[in-house]
Amino acid sequence: MSLDPREHDTVTIFERSREGRRAFTAPECDVPDVPVEKLLPASQIRERPAALPEISEPELVRHYVTLSSKNFHLDEGFYPLGSCTMKHNPKLHERVAALPGHARLHPLQDPEYAQGALELMWRLQGALGEIAGLPHVSLQPSAGSHGELAGLLLTRAYHEDRGEQRTKVLTPDTAHGTNPATVTMAGYQVVKVGTDEHGGVDLGDLRAKADDEVACLMLTNPNTLGLFDRNIEEIKRIVDGVGATLYYDGANLNAVMGISRPGDMGFDIVHFNLHKTFTQPHGGGGPGAGPIAVSERIEPFLPRPQVVCRGGDNGAEPRFDLDHERPKSIGKLRGFQGNFGVFVRSYAYICSLGADGLKDVSQVAVLNANYLKARLAEEGIAEYLPIAFDRLCMHEFVLSGQGAKDKLAIKTLDIAKRLLDHGVHPPTVYFPLLVDEALMIEPTETETKERLDHFAGVIRAILAEAAEDPEIARNAPYTTPVRRLDEAGAAKRPVVRWRPDAENPGDPDRAADATASGTGAM
Amino acid sequence: MSRYTAVTDEDLKAMLSAIGVGSLEDLFADIPESVRLGREIDLPPGLSELETHDHLAALAARNRHCDAETSFLGAGMYDHYVPAVIDNLLSRSEFLTPYTPYQPEISQGGLQVMFEFQTAISELTGLPVSNASVYEGPSAVAAAGYLAKLETRRSKLVASRGLHPHSRAALRTHAAGYGMTVEEVELNAEGATEAEALAGALDDDTAAVFVQQPNFLGTVEELGELAEVAKSTGALAICAADPLPLGILKPPGEQGIDICVGEGQTLGNRLDFGGPSFGFFAAGERFLRKMPGRIAGETRDTDGRRGFVLTLQTREQHIRREKATHNICTAQALNALAGVVYLSWLGRRGLVELAELMLRRTHYARKALGLEAVNPGPVVREFAVRVPDLDGLFECARAKGINPGYRLGRDYPEYEDGLLVAVTERRTKNDIDRLAALVASVREGVVA
Repeated sequence: MSLDPREHDTVTIFERSREGRRAFTAPECDVPDVPVEKLLPASQIRERPAALPEISEPELVRHYVTLSSKNFHLDEGFYPLGSCTMKHNPKLHERVAALPGHARLHPLQDPEYAQGALELMWRLQGALGEIAGLPHVSLQPSAGSHGELAGLLLTRAYHEDRGEQRTKVLTPDTAHGTNPATVTMAGYQVVKVGTDEHGGVDLGDLRAKADDEVACLMLTNPNTLGLFDRNIEEIKRIVDGVGATLYYDGANLNAVMGISRPGDMGFDIVHFNLHKTFTQPHGGGGPGAGPIAVSERIEPFLPRPQVVCRGGDNGAEPRFDLDHERPKSIGKLRGFQGNFGVFVRSYAYICSLGADGLKDVSQVAVLNANYLKARLAEEGIAEYLPIAFDRLCMHEFVLSGQGAKDKLAIKTLDIAKRLLDHGVHPPTVYFPLLVDEALMIEPTETETKERLDHFAGVIRAILAEAAEDPEIARNAPYTTPVRRLDEAGAAKRPVVRWRPDAENPGDPDRAADATASGTGAM
Repeated sequence: MSRYTAVTDEDLKAMLSAIGVGSLEDLFADIPESVRLGREIDLPPGLSELETHDHLAALAARNRHCDAETSFLGAGMYDHYVPAVIDNLLSRSEFLTPYTPYQPEISQGGLQVMFEFQTAISELTGLPVSNASVYEGPSAVAAAGYLAKLETRRSKLVASRGLHPHSRAALRTHAAGYGMTVEEVELNAEGATEAEALAGALDDDTAAVFVQQPNFLGTVEELGELAEVAKSTGALAICAADPLPLGILKPPGEQGIDICVGEGQTLGNRLDFGGPSFGFFAAGERFLRKMPGRIAGETRDTDGRRGFVLTLQTREQHIRREKATHNICTAQALNALAGVVYLSWLGRRGLVELAELMLRRTHYARKALGLEAVNPGPVVREFAVRVPDLDGLFECARAKGINPGYRLGRDYPEYEDGLLVAVTERRTKNDIDRLAALVASVREGVVA
């Protein structure tokens, strides 16, 4: 056995298993102890138990606490991951989400006995509708991409209801990857629209591609370059002219709350990422929630069921209910009513901030981004990492690492990996695709000026160090639990589960010819 | 300044000066006047932490939750005990607050958890590959339908009516997008899926057959026979399974099932009025490069040390865009962590002990209620019975703090008088006897 603690810590829970250990004691069997063979058909009885770990509670806890210590996380340090809105997750939210009235409530409880939960959903719907400027909300979609899919299914239902079959959906070349992937899943063909020299939608290209085959234009505004598209009204006119719907990818909503609303810009459908703008913790890759808000013309098609409020007039107690009778609905997107635990956290956040607090969020998010952009435009940085589109930005901005690549012979990936040694999370890298060696930086409103200054200082130091010796960045990181990993090898010969009898997946041959590479897309 | 932002007056001055603008408003110059809100959002002013807490607590107090009644309600989510280690581990910032592990060097904890989760799901389902989670059960069924389309290029899906009504609904909703139709197959008189009836619905344009184990009524299906029927026409055999009963049931993967998906709430996740929980997606080796969602893989670092990465990313939306095998981005990593901690807590023998306890209590309950069974065959945790006076039973039970279960008539007109009763390890013999006494008293017209 290796005495290197780092080696010891990569042992899986399955390898820690020893026959006979246990963390669980079964409750007493208080009913007749009938043999399983008498209760289940022989054909459906499992022959050998699933090979789950056998481990004591102390060792179980140590195992996962040790693993946790190898994660960088938001409560530890700066996390300027563009497009992901890594803002502080208020601790109150975990407490209120865990109240038994929320956490222990069965989703099929009779609405009469779930009035508090339904009222919370009703109130959240109202708040999200007001923030988006679109009155009708469904909380059901499970995440942003699920909300996008809902949006295109709604678009399809809307056109079909008018007797139209449309085949194409327009997406800008700066779009999040989920947009084109959603278009395909919704049975449409993707048509890409170009970007103009100011970083907005190329209107000429949009006019050329907008025809009566187009079902929808999917847009995010501000876009993934962090820029507000000043031509939004003209874009709306073009889309309206061909009878298509306008979809708002709400991943970037954090920039405009209380300032400008997608509904007022002319959008028909918006999704919210409650795990971005509305503080649901990311959990290392979920859970999230992706509610949608829609215009009048889309409302009849919203998913089943809808939370409704009946009565409440003339001083009567309002009664909340689930409305399943929606004849034109696209149907259900998932089980039950959605990720309610996420709704609790987001609703608590909206209550805490209120109207002025939400506006403050967006103002400071934009202030922080522009300040950091200014700091990174200083001499010693800007010549290596020029801004992709030199305008005022919204909540995020995109730099190009082309200068560093040409002048210092280090790639954006190397800068990202070297940042790990400085205890900050790298920005989103290699996205959006139209910027070479892109670094997409979103500081969020919850960071202080000191944190932003520190980040700018770290970037400056990494570039200065690379000017002396680029090898340092090229081989980074050094201080992390592991160093660069062989991703190409992992994909070439995938080992996606532990097996007791398997060859050592990291055999020396494979490690030797490994070309450590990284995909750093967002 | 709110309590989550931190710009002092002095900061603001310095920052605006560095940017080169005179005021905060100037930063929004790109937004045309005509699309500005021009007023405050119509929401109440912000509250203190205490006030927010008390408001949320008052709402929560108006819900009758599973500690406030004796509940036999299941139908897709179940009142299982969640051990304290899960609360403890999931509340750690190290698990709670990171993003998806795009930078593997500083995400080894989360990535190894995914790898362990995949191993556990693979063990339970008897299928060699699993992803790191999808949203939840019914949308996982819909994702399997999409994979069937990519794999077969056929246009019809056939689903047993034993598949959860929400799964069938989600399948129809999603299939309308990817251009497939869904045909349903009735259950037989015993509340099971009949191989012959299934065969009758299949043709050479059928991409996949969907069944559920145990099915919505609680019936243990003859998976092997059903998978064989599917395969006879080249359709994929897809099973939605509850992972907890799989502790004692023959794994779908050992019975010819190609893809096994399901709702993971029963593995250490709270009810949360329906979510968040997690969905799982396991399949045969040949589907590995067509799977939806994140997959963690084992590899080595440049020093030869063991490590884990997100792998086969060329399937995914952020790399492959319109050619991706699914659009999913954020999944349910934290809930999947609860799942693997729960399975490790139960362990190899504990899972069997727990499942056997449920099995015995469930059979005891069915007998004790003494009602006509909708599905008289084998069941594990849930069963359906016909209740002559369902309204009367609910009225009486509610008054006594008992929730007798789920009214089947909401989804199955053919079982208008049907009651679906779930018995988890939290429901003791005493609880069951109380429900049985109530049923007896209502039947005799005696309202105690």
